[in-house]
Amino acid sequence: MITELGHFALILAFLVAIVQAIVPLIGAHKRWHGWMAVAEPAATAQFLLTAASFAALTHAFVTSDFSLRLVVLNSHSAKPMLYKISGVWGNHEGSMLLWVLILTLFGACAAWFGGNLPPTLKARVLAVQSAISLAFFAFILFTSNPFLRLAMPPFDGQDLNPLLQDPGLAFHPPFLYLGYVGLSMAFSFAVAALIEGRVDAAWARWVRPWTLAAWVFLTIGIALGSWWAYYELGWGGFWFWDPVENASFMPWLVAAALLHSAIVVEKREALKSWTILLAILAFGFSLIGTFIVRSGVLTSVHAFANDPERGVFILFILAFFMGGALTLFAARASAMEAKGVFGVVSRESALVFNNILLAVAAFVVFFGTLWPLMAEMFFDRKLSVGAPFFNMAFTPFMVVLGALLPFGSMLSWKRANGGRVAKSLVPLVVLAIAVAALAYAIQTERTALGPIGLLLGAWMISGAALDLWGRTGRSGNRFARLFRLPGADWGKAVAHAGLGITFIGIAGLMAWDQEDIRVVNVGEPFELGGYQFVLSDVQQVQGPNYISTTGVVELGMNGRQLTTLYPEKRVYPVAQMPTTEAAIDNGFLRDIYVVIGDPQADGGWAVRTYIKPLANWIWAGSIIMALGGCFSLADRRFRVAAGARKAAMKGVPAE
Amino acid sequence: MSLRSTLAAAALALLTLAPVAYAVQPDEVLSDPVLEERARGISAGLRCLVCRNENIDDSHAELARDLRLLVRERLVEGDTDEEVVDYVVDRFGEYVLLKPTTGGANMLLWLAGPIMALIALFLAFGYLRGRSNAKTGAEDQLTEDEQERLNAILKD
Repeated sequence: MITELGHFALILAFLVAIVQAIVPLIGAHKRWHGWMAVAEPAATAQFLLTAASFAALTHAFVTSDFSLRLVVLNSHSAKPMLYKISGVWGNHEGSMLLWVLILTLFGACAAWFGGNLPPTLKARVLAVQSAISLAFFAFILFTSNPFLRLAMPPFDGQDLNPLLQDPGLAFHPPFLYLGYVGLSMAFSFAVAALIEGRVDAAWARWVRPWTLAAWVFLTIGIALGSWWAYYELGWGGFWFWDPVENASFMPWLVAAALLHSAIVVEKREALKSWTILLAILAFGFSLIGTFIVRSGVLTSVHAFANDPERGVFILFILAFFMGGALTLFAARASAMEAKGVFGVVSRESALVFNNILLAVAAFVVFFGTLWPLMAEMFFDRKLSVGAPFFNMAFTPFMVVLGALLPFGSMLSWKRANGGRVAKSLVPLVVLAIAVAALAYAIQTERTALGPIGLLLGAWMISGAALDLWGRTGRSGNRFARLFRLPGADWGKAVAHAGLGITFIGIAGLMAWDQEDIRVVNVGEPFELGGYQFVLSDVQQVQGPNYISTTGVVELGMNGRQLTTLYPEKRVYPVAQMPTTEAAIDNGFLRDIYVVIGDPQADGGWAVRTYIKPLANWIWAGSIIMALGGCFSLADRRFRVAAGARKAAMKGVPAE
Repeated sequence: MSLRSTLAAAALALLTLAPVAYAVQPDEVLSDPVLEERARGISAGLRCLVCRNENIDDSHAELARDLRLLVRERLVEGDTDEEVVDYVVDRFGEYVLLKPTTGGANMLLWLAGPIMALIALFLAFGYLRGRSNAKTGAEDQLTEDEQERLNAILKD
């Protein structure tokens, strides 16, 4: 019964979406206030109906209702509750429902918090947003209905893929979708502005918080996924340049570019058409990502079981929204002339270079991801593009980005004195080179990657600190002023420092990773990187829905016992799949990572041990980046009515 | 997709995923650390053919293990790194290379980024020069709506 209500709510939401996509748009065109006003309650209704539908599906998973096909395929009565719930989005149909739930949530938020938007713009934004949800409601109802019943319900389900039964991965998709779908707001604002034919500083100020929020969620989602890969896949890799990973990384890069270019629109009313284009492309990359994951055109480690019909449907959605928006862009972009004037050496132009680097980097990822497809279609070559290519083709752009970042972020607006900024940065250059030299001196392997990464990281972190300190003025109580700086200043410094920390982590992990593979007998000690290990016992443990072989590894240094690690090998009998659960001793400068393998014929166990230098810095840096985004979001300038604020700002010198 | 075909797909996935062993096993490791290091380097660039997007060094599949052993066999027999890679590519095609060659159409792939960067820089410099030479003072124009509202406010 609840299932049918959920199904019904979904159909109703679909109908509401049709109304909301059409009526306000006509209303805005004809200036009929009644028609425009339809958008707000419709957006709320759409969200509530979708939420009800999602709740019904969750109910079916929680109560293990095996008359539902989806529950049978992805759940099991013995599964822990957390994974029964995360099982809702651990499959194609359920995750699409989560996708539209978030889409309608963003639409509703725009209706609830968009009080200061001009009525026509608001009506158009909500109509465009609803057009997107309309397309996806149709997709769910016609190709991927989660509410299908089985005539003969089995006694129990087939369990969720055990790899997905993990706390890190339980929350990875919701964050990722919040990010992907959040970019739909930027898209809706861009299309609405194109229809209005007007883009100004106020528009940029409305768009930026949505983009920032989406970017923060994407950052967290990607970091969670990468962290999961690190501890779950059994050898500590954190990024594989897999098509699906790239699908989440491209919108992240474009959203980062959009965040920065919107600042120029806000401050200087320049870069308008470029910003609009980025807003369209950012969501376009989200849709491409959805297409890649669900169509199966590119083989990837974590694509859902998929069929071509769905791929074609998403391709139509993609073609409709991108084609429509880009056509509109081509017709209207020329009308948006820039107003502000700024010098070639200025913060504005630094932001232009930021955009070039991020956009070209995203393009490289895009081209590399789709190249196997293009090569097969046009040149009849079946080939692969993997990590070695991306590491070579992508990294240079990030190195340049990191090298320019502190300098660019300290240039003043409009017309900057590059020489003065450069001079103030000299101590940082010295510091960064010292860090790199130190790293070079103490490393055992002669690699350039580690020292260069540390150099860039130290440079960016100290640059962010100096930038923040420089904002406190020249005299007086600078410390007190430091904590009264606007959230946006803190956000900028914290996010940039976070990027530096991630750089250090990636370089350290890739340059100085140590590995040891061996057969270990119980009780026999071995050594790696100055640490002593003893496999003291191997036990069989029964988990809720798995059987585990758990090794007990004593970790010591210089004869002193540090800790005990419990690497596991699990077998999930229902899904008939084994997983590895690495045991990790997390440290500030290194992780110690132990994996237990198979028993050997002549006794003993295969054991793989790694020392992963600076590993945690990768995810710590990502979380700090996201935190920076939150600081910036908390800036009161976003919350104050932009129009009223703008009038008050006149006469205040540009920052 | 019917339940049966889903089941079949799941069974197929199990077959390809069913790990016989986890990545490089102790019995595969060569006694000569220099050769082993080279073997690892080569393995990291070769794709596991039955997996979705993994190199043979990290893969759990039986076929990846066979390939790893093949690489080591060739190395022990005195092949150079290039000879080993060529040997594998001869048998499995260029699909096996995770780092595509620079030959033929692949030039496009390798040059796409740098060319795009050059175009972008060129356009950006043009734009920036235009911005720095532009006339100041193009004041904000009000829309009709705003003009109306302004008039209404002024009238009060």
